[in-house]
Order: sequence, then C-alpha cells, then structure tokens
Amino acid sequence: MTEPLVRVRDLRIGATVYPPNEKPHDIEIVHGVDFDLESGRVLGLIGESGAGKSTIGLATLAFGRGGIKITGGEVWVNGRDILQTSRTDVRSLRGGEVSYVSQSAAASFNPAKKILDQVVEASVRYGKFSRSEAESRAVDLFEQLGLPEPETIGNRYPHQVSGGQLQRCMTALALCPQPQLVIFDEPTTALDVTTQIDVLAAIKKAIHETGVAAVYITHDLAVVAQVSDAIMVLRLGDMVEYGTTQQIINSPKQEYTKALVSVRSIEHPENTPTDEPILRCIDITASYPRTKLDVLTDVNVEIHAGQTLAVVGESGSGKSTLARVITGLLPPRIGRLVFDGQELTPDLASRSREDLRQLQMIYQMADVAMNPRHTVGTIIGRPVEFYFGLKGEEKRQRVIDLLDEIEMGIDFIDRYPAELSGGQKQRVCIARALAAKPKLIICDEVTSALDPLVADGILRLLLDLQRIENVAYLFITHDIATVRAIADSIAVMYQGRVQRYGGKSKVLSPPYDDYTDLLLSSVPEMRLGWLEDVLENRQMESAGN
Amino acid sequence: MGSIASVLAQRIALGLLLLFLVSLLIFVGTILLPGDVAQQILGQSATPEALANLREELGVNRPPVERYLDWLGGLLTGDLGTALTSGQDINEAIGRRLANTLFLAFWAAIIAVPLAIFLGLLAVRYRDRWPDKSISATTLTTISMPEFVIGYILMFILGVKLNWFSPTAVGYRPDADLLTRLDSIAIPILVLTLVVLAHMMRMTRAAILNVMQSAYIETAELKGLTRFAVISRHAFPNSISPVINVIMLNLAYLVVGVVVVEVVFVYPGMGQYLVDHVTKRDIPVVQACGMIFATIYIGLNLIADLVSILANPRLRHPR
Repeated sequence: MTEPLVRVRDLRIGATVYPPNEKPHDIEIVHGVDFDLESGRVLGLIGESGAGKSTIGLATLAFGRGGIKITGGEVWVNGRDILQTSRTDVRSLRGGEVSYVSQSAAASFNPAKKILDQVVEASVRYGKFSRSEAESRAVDLFEQLGLPEPETIGNRYPHQVSGGQLQRCMTALALCPQPQLVIFDEPTTALDVTTQIDVLAAIKKAIHETGVAAVYITHDLAVVAQVSDAIMVLRLGDMVEYGTTQQIINSPKQEYTKALVSVRSIEHPENTPTDEPILRCIDITASYPRTKLDVLTDVNVEIHAGQTLAVVGESGSGKSTLARVITGLLPPRIGRLVFDGQELTPDLASRSREDLRQLQMIYQMADVAMNPRHTVGTIIGRPVEFYFGLKGEEKRQRVIDLLDEIEMGIDFIDRYPAELSGGQKQRVCIARALAAKPKLIICDEVTSALDPLVADGILRLLLDLQRIENVAYLFITHDIATVRAIADSIAVMYQGRVQRYGGKSKVLSPPYDDYTDLLLSSVPEMRLGWLEDVLENRQMESAGN
Repeated sequence: MGSIASVLAQRIALGLLLLFLVSLLIFVGTILLPGDVAQQILGQSATPEALANLREELGVNRPPVERYLDWLGGLLTGDLGTALTSGQDINEAIGRRLANTLFLAFWAAIIAVPLAIFLGLLAVRYRDRWPDKSISATTLTTISMPEFVIGYILMFILGVKLNWFSPTAVGYRPDADLLTRLDSIAIPILVLTLVVLAHMMRMTRAAILNVMQSAYIETAELKGLTRFAVISRHAFPNSISPVINVIMLNLAYLVVGVVVVEVVFVYPGMGQYLVDHVTKRDIPVVQACGMIFATIYIGLNLIADLVSILANPRLRHPR
C-alpha cells in the first residue's frame, strides 16, 4: 500500500484561555482527529466557528496561531511526522510542500511590497526556482487564475487591485512554489457572491490543472460541495461525520450534518403593503462630503409598519449609505424623508428625542457596538432610562422583560459582553434597540458575522419580535438566502441605484434584469455540479473581478 | 503623483513659516537676556560715557523693530552679521565650526542609526528573552547617565588607561587626514552614540512589535521564512514611518544637543562657539547659532515627514 500524502492521526490541539474573573488555564480545542489525503484530492473541512477547522488546517503546516499549541498526535506529510521534525525542516515544508491561502487576502498581503515579490518569495528562498523562473511561473498562474494583465499585475501593490483579484493572487502565491498540498481557509467568505463564484471557479480550475492536493475550509456547505471530493464535518473540535461529498450532501447520517444541510428553512409569507408607509425615502441622492461622486442616486423606497424591506446588493452598492441617510448621519444632497406622515429633518443633530427613539439600529459587529466595560443590564438599561426616564426597580424590571423577549433571561443581566457568544451578543443588541420601543429598526448585515445555525436563530427571533411589537425592519444584507427568509418587500441595489423594487414574490420571480439574474444565480446551491451549470448559463460578467 | 507634490509643497511652506516664527522668538528671547555687551568688552572700570559711546557704535541702542528687520534682511540674503566682541564676520566663523559639528554628528549617526535599528530587530527576534532584556537594560542605562559623566568615564578608560584613542579633541585639525581626525573624535562619537541609541532602538522595537500581529506576518511565517527574515523583510518596511521620526529627532539632537560633549572634549564646534559667546553677551552670534540650529531641526523633521509619506505605498502609488 502506498503512503498517502497526508496522514493525520489522533491530532490534539490545545490553547491557553484567559476567562474574565478566572485563572488562565489550558483547554483542548481539537480532540483527536484522523484523516488521510491522497495526492490530487480535495478534502473539505466544514463546521461553525470554534469547530477547529482552521486550527486543523494550520496543523498540517506545524503552525499554531497565537497561543495555540499542538499537544498530541501525528501529522505525517511526505513520509515524516512534521510535529517531530527539526525547525529547519518545518521551514522547508512551509516554503515548498504545503502552503496556505487565508480568508482575507487584503490583510495577508504585505502592503509595503509588490505582489510579485511576495508571490515568488518562498520559491526563490528555498531554491526551488531561480528568480526569473519563479516570475514566469507566477505570470502563468496569474493567467490561469483569470487575472487581468497577468504580465504586469504583479508589479502592483496590494491596494491597487480589487478584493477578488487579491484573493486570486493569494492562490497564485500558494501555488507558485509547486506545493503538494494547499490549505484554503475560507478563501471566498469575505467576497461578494458574484465575485465569490469567479474566485471559486478559478481555484477549482487551478487545483484541477496543477494536480495539487487541497484542504478546503469553510462554514458554507454549499461552497465546499462544489470543490471537494470528501467532506469532514467538525463541531467543537470533534469529528461529527466524514464521508464523500456525495454522501454528506445527499444522505447525511448525523443530526448535526442534517441541520447544516437544511439550514435556512425559515418560511415567511409575504405581507401586503398597508395604506400608509412608516417611512418613505423620496428621490434620495447623496454623496459624501468633499466628493463629487453620488453614492446614491434617485432612491425611492417605502417601508410599511410591521413589515420588512430588505435592501440587497454587493459591497459598494450604497446599502449602508442609505442607512446613514435615514439615520441622519449623512444628510442627502437631494430628496427627503417622511417618517410616519411627518417630514424628518435631514441631519441627526436637529432631530427630536422622540424621532431618535422611533428609529433604532442594529449593527453587523455586535462586539464593537457594545461597551466592553458595561454589563448587559447597563447596556439594555441605558435607552430605557434615556427615553422613558425609568430608574431603579422599574428600569430593572423592563430590562428583565427585554431579556426574556430575546430568550436569554435574568441570568445574563450582570454579565459582560466578553462572556457572551456571538449570537448572544447580537441578541443583546436587539434588546437594546427594542428598549426604545421604536417603529423602525435598521438592521445592517446583522447576521453576516454569525454562523448559519446561529444566524437562523437570530432571524427567527427578529420575525417573532416583529409580530409581537409590530416593528418595521429595514434589513440590509448581501445574502439572498436571508432576504428570502424574512423580507416582505425587496430593493435590489446596484451602483447606488435601486435596480429592482417591489414585493418579495415579484422581485424574486422572472423575468429578471441582468444584474438581479447575476446576483440570484451566484448564490451557491447545495448540489454537486452547481458551479459548472451557473458559469455556463451566465448573462453578465460580474463587476468586482 | 499630484497629491504627493502638493503635500510636499505644503510641508515646505509650513517649514518656512515655522522658521520665520522661530526667528521672531529668538530675537525677542535674546534681547530679553540680561547683561550688556559694552560692559563685557570694556570691563567693570569703564566710564558711563565710554559705555554709552560703545553702545552707540555697536548699534545696540536702536529700536528693536528696526534691529529685527535689519537682522531678518541679513538672514534672507545669507548675511549673519558681525560679532560684537571681536568684530569678526559671523558667516566665516560659523562656517568652519558648523562643518566640524556636522562632521562629528555625521560619524555618530553613521554608527548609531544602523546599530539602533539592528538592535531593535534583534530585540523583537528575541522578545522577552535575555538578548531583548539586556539590550533594553544597557541602552536605558546609557541614556539615563548625563553625557558628561559617560564622557569623562570613557575618556578615562579608553583615552587615559587603555590609550586607544586620543582622550580629548584638543588636537583636532580640519585639514588633517581622515584617520587622525577620526582618532581625535572617537570617544565623542561613542558618547553620542550611547546617548541616542536607546530612544531609536526602543522605537524600532515598539513599532515592529505593533505590526507583528498583522495577518501578513503570519503569511510570511507560513512561507517558511526564518524569524529574522520575517521581522526585517516584512515587519520593518511597515514600521518605517514612526521609526524615521524618532531617527530624525535624534539626528537633530546630534547637531543641536552636542554642546555638552563639545565642551567636555574641547572640540571646536558650534556648541563651544555658542557657549563662549553667550557668556560674552554677543547677541548676533547667539542669534545666528539659534537660527542655524532651528533650521537644522526643522529641516530634519521635514525630511522625516517626507520619508514617512514616501514610505506609504498608498500615497506613492495611488490606485
């Protein structure tokens, strides 16, 4: 029997944690994982955050991020246990045999150096290729990965190319030293859907053409289904299920895998618009100070009481700018806002406290939207006191009611944000917005930073609260699945304009305009062969590549 | 590139404005100084009439605004005036001494700057281990001791006991050959190096540690680079901006702050010249020295600004 390229046995990984009010101690975060990987095959590692996917991926480079240490087991690469080998050998492993593609190419490229210098660095340093050989290899890879101007793009600095291009450059960087294994760690997660699909296709093609083995790490089962031969499902450092892609997608055995496969099963029937909208944006055109470019042009949308308007689009489409206009952070250049029948003053400073109360916001990053030195009780209690003047026992009772509403309960009242999970933090932010008893809440990508199952929970909570409190949502997102789950009406934004607007069923049924078609078709579907089908049937090139 | 040119022009204009304000400050400061140059020249026994005559002759009785405008006009045409006490042309006297001071500062910088950066890189490489700690301890010790103490200690050990270098710079002649000149200023160079090392080294260390958390450092490590290559090739280029500012402050100090060292080692530089003329209440010389020091200070900081702008690829290569 020939030895597989990678053989991992009983891999155990630990870290030191520093919980508040407790002594630092060591915990185990990966509890004995085994797998084999043959040359030229692709293994998908899938799981939610904290599952240990990246940690396992980096272990094949004998690397632990931060305070993470590999505490036990064996990792055999090319016939030697890399956990036992010398430091010099580990460096040559990283330089030539195994390479790594990270989630954020934008952060992973050195801003002070040209792309080409960074792409060829490892190959040249380990003498695999001469400088000129490595450069011509890099140019070939740029071309293979579909980058524009492959001959010269390497002479640019990282900030001079787009996010999708940079992610492909990162793939070229990983492939340049001709490694036998590449670890792809969420390489498309930070990209827009229409860009993701191109990068995904480029990566798949490169894997196929170079015959390299790969470990593909992601939380998105639909994405991994497109590229991998086998999938391992991980949860909290344990292997849940391991099988061929076919088997995991079509006939998962474990309950957890089933939940992952069937995620986003929320049904929300569309409500018909009421007669008087709670908010009307009329002919809004806005630009940022000291720039001439209009970020929003002629935006006309309405939100009805107790309903949800989903604003969907890619980064740079103007969705968040619309939120800034409505909240008064960015007074529009032209146009006006009518809230509950009353004209709303354009700038924040001149709005009454009552106006402010009616309009609340929830943000994408719950961690940074809360003061880390305040307890949950203080955070939620603040708007209760500010808007309604409640104090003492009354205030506390209201906070407890709100905690019940977000399904967390009184136990959390004295905790600090650092002691909460990502989903719990977002719930606290929801409670803080609700505390003002607003008529409209602007939700800016509130589920984007969360794992799919947790995001599902948040969406269900938001829908329940909408029924009880009759609050309207302006829901900003780039994720079509989220839109399907919760919207009553939809505005598709593209380059600062509303491309398509109307009730959910109308917007999401054909005939589509080209952009909406591109956007909808780019959302990964959980079936094998989806990627090839889509690329064959596309009408329009995506903008961001 | 348009944006860089306009930033440059802006900085230079700002520097000139600053120099103008400094000239005002120096002028006002020096006329407020107590003492009387005529008294200094003629001595305690001079008659009031003789003093008055001499003051009239030297022109120190004229209204301050008139004197300032005269002086400023001279500065703009490159004429620093004449010394009151000796009647010497200041341009000529300062020219020689400035060259000496710059010679000393140059050699101190040549040694101190690369050494400080190297030690900073080394301190990051062995962070919190003994090399880091001993580098920090040593440089902090040398910066904490006054220059004249280090000066006399080194003079005693290296100059007198071991007799490696000439103990003072008394024998310094600008027209001697380079080796002889370096021999006479070897100990002053060493003293200055020890004095400026710590500041630059610690800034290098802190600035690099700051970028060591970045994702691109992880990328570099995962390319299999050695730790020192990661630090010097990937971390250092991103920490140039804060480091260059501190380097320039220290270079300015090497020119401007060497007064004590020059006096200790009897080196014929600007410092010695300035001190001499302060005691003689020779205002034009003091003013001239002040302006030259200010120009060097502002000029070096201007260079620091420009270098840190140019070190930023986003400004150098706009999208």
